[in-house]
Amino acid sequence: MKIKIKRFHPHFEPPSIDMEYEVDNAPTLLDALLQIKRQKDRTLTFDYMCRSGVCGSCAVRVEGKEVLACQHIPKDGEYIEPLSVVDVIRDLSVRLEDALVTLGSSKAYPLDMQKVAMNEEDERLIERQSDCILCSGCLSSCPVYESNEAFLGPFALSRVWRYVADKREQAKKEHIDAVVQNGIWDCTLCGNCTQVCPQGIDPKNDIVMLQSKAVQFGYQNPNLGGFGSFGLEF
Amino acid sequence: MFDIVIVGGGGAALVAAIEAATLGKSVLVLSKHYPTQSQTSMAQGGINAALYPPDSCDSHIQDTLKAGVGLAKEAIVQEVCRAAPKAIEWLDSIGMPFSRKGEAIAQRRLGGATYPRACYAQDYTGLKLLHTLYDNAVKLGVALRSRTFLLNIIEEDGVCKGVSVLDMARGKVEQILAKAVILATGGYAKMYGALSTNGFGSFGEGVAAAMRAGAKLSDLEFVQFHPTALKKSSILISEAARGAGARLIDQEGQEIGGELWTRDRLSRAIFEAMEEGREIFLDMRHLGKEFIEKNLPQERKLALLYEGVDPLKEPVPIRPVAHYTMGGIDVDENMQSSIQGLYAVGECTNAKLHGANRLGGNSLLELVVLGKKAAQSAAQMEQAPQQKLFERTKIDTNFIKAVFALPNQIDFWERQEFLSKIMYHNCGIVREEMRLKGVLSVVRQHQKELAFMGVRDKSPLMNKELINFLEYGNMVELAEAVLVGAIQRTESRGAHFRADYPQRDDKKFLAHTMIWKENGVLCADFKPV
Repeated sequence: MKIKIKRFHPHFEPPSIDMEYEVDNAPTLLDALLQIKRQKDRTLTFDYMCRSGVCGSCAVRVEGKEVLACQHIPKDGEYIEPLSVVDVIRDLSVRLEDALVTLGSSKAYPLDMQKVAMNEEDERLIERQSDCILCSGCLSSCPVYESNEAFLGPFALSRVWRYVADKREQAKKEHIDAVVQNGIWDCTLCGNCTQVCPQGIDPKNDIVMLQSKAVQFGYQNPNLGGFGSFGLEF
Repeated sequence: MFDIVIVGGGGAALVAAIEAATLGKSVLVLSKHYPTQSQTSMAQGGINAALYPPDSCDSHIQDTLKAGVGLAKEAIVQEVCRAAPKAIEWLDSIGMPFSRKGEAIAQRRLGGATYPRACYAQDYTGLKLLHTLYDNAVKLGVALRSRTFLLNIIEEDGVCKGVSVLDMARGKVEQILAKAVILATGGYAKMYGALSTNGFGSFGEGVAAAMRAGAKLSDLEFVQFHPTALKKSSILISEAARGAGARLIDQEGQEIGGELWTRDRLSRAIFEAMEEGREIFLDMRHLGKEFIEKNLPQERKLALLYEGVDPLKEPVPIRPVAHYTMGGIDVDENMQSSIQGLYAVGECTNAKLHGANRLGGNSLLELVVLGKKAAQSAAQMEQAPQQKLFERTKIDTNFIKAVFALPNQIDFWERQEFLSKIMYHNCGIVREEMRLKGVLSVVRQHQKELAFMGVRDKSPLMNKELINFLEYGNMVELAEAVLVGAIQRTESRGAHFRADYPQRDDKKFLAHTMIWKENGVLCADFKPV
């Protein structure tokens, strides 16, 4: 089986080339990459840690779609690239600092947790969102983030919903206040993020939930106000 | 300059960082991967705390001491077990999404526990704990610097001044000074290579760096083997599966072990059965689809991916592999190592909580309770080191340059695979003097050969082969210490089983194995408990 990998090194000319490698007997793409590195090319650079889909370090794009290398079964002829929209350091290894900044700017953390009784149903409301492994696959797939780096992006917004939906959290309005600028109204609801999430999280739906919560707090969807000059209310 | 520098990005590091920041200290967290990409994410089973009767802190203490076979220190066990309910309350208060049963935090029973005592979040306990801690660290504005690889501890006259690190993205050596350093760098169970449940990170660089700086290490030979890992990939199947009634059987369907035997005993039974040529499987078919999908979804996914086996339909082939290292940097009751100002917490230490064998669910507890304590102790250090370029940093800068010039006549990766394999078979579940000595001579040979190895990738930029090589260097250094401990302890206790000395010997060995380096020479002694 052959796979093609997009290589990148900023000091080389040209910095980016495609290279094809023969691999055999690799149950996952990560196994294939490790095999290439050990047996054929020690310069091939990529990130990995747990090999079981929980650490979130090995996200790459295969045929343009974000996957975890350790969970993807490689097929002949596939094209492997680094995540898009984030800076590539070398080959498949990317800088995630700028992506992770969105967690701080969206206040994707607990603000005012109180001791309140939670039951199994309450727990289920945040179960899926708290499965997130921060692999950044969703961000890489996001066309809004691609054109506007100030956009808070899917994983941060899903995590904000995880705290808004948490029964213990009291400062729900403060959470909403933090995501109305460059956040929930900028999403086009294309659903790419939902499609690529290796954990089955649905950021698109979480963003819709945040939108309706925002409306409850008196915010209006600015995209629906376009007819204001006609003096019409919809 | 920061008050406290924490090395490591897992649960122990983040708890310490949160506590230090809460105490008003300036703190920097250095990690080789991004913080949520650490070993803590892989913990599945749970975190122990006696929350509801008939369980009690006393029972938790007794179970922990019993599993520790004389090497767990009663004072620390008391302290941690009694702090456990408060630790759970704290985690709940900062957003940890524990699974519930009715309105109570749900608990399940893990091996060696008298009662169901492990609080969990589906089979993602470690993942959710780690991300909850990360969110809180972000909230507090803790400085997090990733892709920074620890090289050495900067030490002068027995006092820690900071660390020297490799900035991986640029390939530059730097020194980072601080009033106190906390190592939370994890264990060294990846020394067993493919025969370890651990991710590609647990090579023990913190333990090795502490040893090079002159710190004492203890009880390194106590390595826990987990009885149930997937046979081909060594990926862990949580003890929760057995806790729920999954059975271990051989190819004839004959059952192995008893219900909730401790990990050491069961691993040995499976290892011995496999040495006889039998194949061992974990059978969870009778648990039913609903139960497995609700409680063990990760395990099912991974068994399908790596073994091509659906646990709903077939027994899953397993084998015991290295899982956790009880030994590590020897610390006092304040989490300080034998070097002043150098603290350590989590799997990289031996805080004497686990003794000769760790109970499932006690390590996540350790990192919460003792992570806070490490930060509180480190916060007492007020003496800022002198701002100068330390000799250690100069040596390390030259060392990294020299590594690029090494001749590459021997492939370190081949050596590493070989060493891991012989460590598993000879310094693993069952040990014996001649074979341990054989491995020790191989390790010493490897140490001599390091100068003929090196890296083929010559780029300074994000050079992962260089990191792999440095990890191998640490592994070779630590393997020697593990082997010396295993050879000298001529008895069987907990996870350390000597086929030639199958009995426990309290007269000689109710003692901690102390290991340290003096002028580059490894020294060993026993210190009675």
